[in-house]
Amino acid sequence: MPALIEVDNLIKEYPGVRAVDGISFCVEEGACFGLLGPNGAGKTTTLEILEGITDADGGRIRYRGTARDDSYREIIGIQFQNTALQDFQTVREALHLFASLYPRHRPFGELIELCNLGELLDRDTRKLSGGQRQRLLLAIALVNDPDLVFLDEPTTGLDPQSRRNFWALIEGIRREGKTILLTTHYMEEASVLCDEIAIIDRGRIVEQGAPEDLLSQHFPRALVRIPLHVLPETGGLPSGFEARGEHAIAATDDIEAILADLHRRELALDDLHISTPTLDDLFLKLTGHGLRES
Amino acid sequence: MSLKRILAVVVARNREFYRDKAGLGWNIFMPVVMVLGFAFIFSGPETDLFKVGVIGGTVDDERPAFLDTRHIRFVPQQDEAEAIEKVRYHRIDLLLDLREPKRYWVNESSPNGYVVERLLLQAHSEPPVGLKREPVSGRPVRYVDWVLPGVLALNVMFSSLWGVGWVIVRYRKNGVLRRLRATPLSAGEFLVAQIISRLLVVTGVTVLVFAGTNALLDFPMRGSYAALALVFLAGAISLISLGLAVSARVRSEELADGLLNLMSWPMMILSGVWFSLEGTNIWAQRVAELLPLTHMVDAARRIMLDGAGLAEVGFEIGILLILGLVLLTLSSRAFRWQ
Repeated sequence: MPALIEVDNLIKEYPGVRAVDGISFCVEEGACFGLLGPNGAGKTTTLEILEGITDADGGRIRYRGTARDDSYREIIGIQFQNTALQDFQTVREALHLFASLYPRHRPFGELIELCNLGELLDRDTRKLSGGQRQRLLLAIALVNDPDLVFLDEPTTGLDPQSRRNFWALIEGIRREGKTILLTTHYMEEASVLCDEIAIIDRGRIVEQGAPEDLLSQHFPRALVRIPLHVLPETGGLPSGFEARGEHAIAATDDIEAILADLHRRELALDDLHISTPTLDDLFLKLTGHGLRES
Repeated sequence: MSLKRILAVVVARNREFYRDKAGLGWNIFMPVVMVLGFAFIFSGPETDLFKVGVIGGTVDDERPAFLDTRHIRFVPQQDEAEAIEKVRYHRIDLLLDLREPKRYWVNESSPNGYVVERLLLQAHSEPPVGLKREPVSGRPVRYVDWVLPGVLALNVMFSSLWGVGWVIVRYRKNGVLRRLRATPLSAGEFLVAQIISRLLVVTGVTVLVFAGTNALLDFPMRGSYAALALVFLAGAISLISLGLAVSARVRSEELADGLLNLMSWPMMILSGVWFSLEGTNIWAQRVAELLPLTHMVDAARRIMLDGAGLAEVGFEIGILLILGLVLLTLSSRAFRWQ
């Protein structure tokens, strides 16, 4: 697959801080690429440079192998993190306004169905709930039927159900073959939606790849955890375990063997806990700090 | 420049204006209320310029001619000592005692007292020799007739400055500009759309206010409507451009509000809306010459009161348009989406 967009050694400096510090990656046509990182990591700045909203201080961006020109704005769609719409307009009017700013636009019927806006068309945009508002902003981002869609933290602030509904919409867009570039600090969102992710911390990419590949590279398949108090006081820890706080934890690719061993020792397994590592664990491991802290 | 895009932004902005019922009411009724207020305050048959206290003098056949002087309010006084105190504190300009012996008190530090004293003495002497009295005649002009062109212009100023300047800063702050920037809409198209939208609003509101106040007050309109429309249009263009210049880069609504106030207050005071600057400080007059509102008020007043035609206000229209063009060029260069 040829790369739709190539980013090479992007740099952006603000007074006293290098917000983007040499970021490079490629996104293939039809892929969903995620930029992951805590607030202030440089995700939004990187995205804005790619959108053409912010100028970079260094680096190169190529779209379909050439530099971007004026027509770039007509073939991309953007959903910003914080956007206000003009006051006193309905959903329908907002869609019409943005549609008339482009030389051609996607049929309204399709847009309305795709973003599930049917019942909201005559509602004042200020009276939409968080999830409804994001759906309208997504429809606006898609109004020109773009090839490349930018979504900047599209589900931040939504309740879990609205978030899942929104993911379904994005899956729908993906099925149409559109290329998606999104930022998020929800690891679950990245693993559900993205083919490839770049983990960003302090303006740099610290790791990049398919979510499942990254996890298997950095972690065994599972973590098995038992409380220390169920273990006999003598005889030490079962093989493969190490003590961490109140628990004994084993990182393993062979859950069967560990369980068989515990069973042989006739331990009470009521409080046993098995988990698979998540991107949150990966982030913590790679950067030494959690995702929600900046 | 794409006409389709400009039109789309104009329609959206106008919709925002006329659907905001509270703002709309404020825009239309405020100037009408202001004009009516002035008409009411200054609606007495004549305006008294001076106040003279009078003690005694109830017998009509001995009434001195001075008491018939117009524009002086004669206020009967009971207590002499108290009345003299009023003279001392400028509450009355002169105190006349019609009891024998007839006399008057005047405060030597009071300019009004000096003038009234001259009137009093003049009333009791023959007309000066060698000067013939020539009455000035003409169509009477009420104060409200004189102030109305200024109030209309003032309304255009507020609507132009805030309707563009403040709104753009708000758009920049809340992200509307950022969202529009991500579309093919250019800065030039956006600015032109804002100007067109505001010109439509200003025209509509001014026509409504003009018709409304005219129905209530029946003020004179002696010149050409076309000339008046052109003066207001040119004035609106220059003031909208001033609003654009203020808002070209500002991000905070508070700062924008302060800057717009900084622009509008000197204009409100120095442009001759409420009183003529005739004979005031020469620097105040020079500054006034630089303000678009001065030229707008001056031209509108000459059209409405003196019946001036387009040719006679061409100078003002020219100045307003040039000022508008300069400010517009500056603001489109300085404009930032974010």
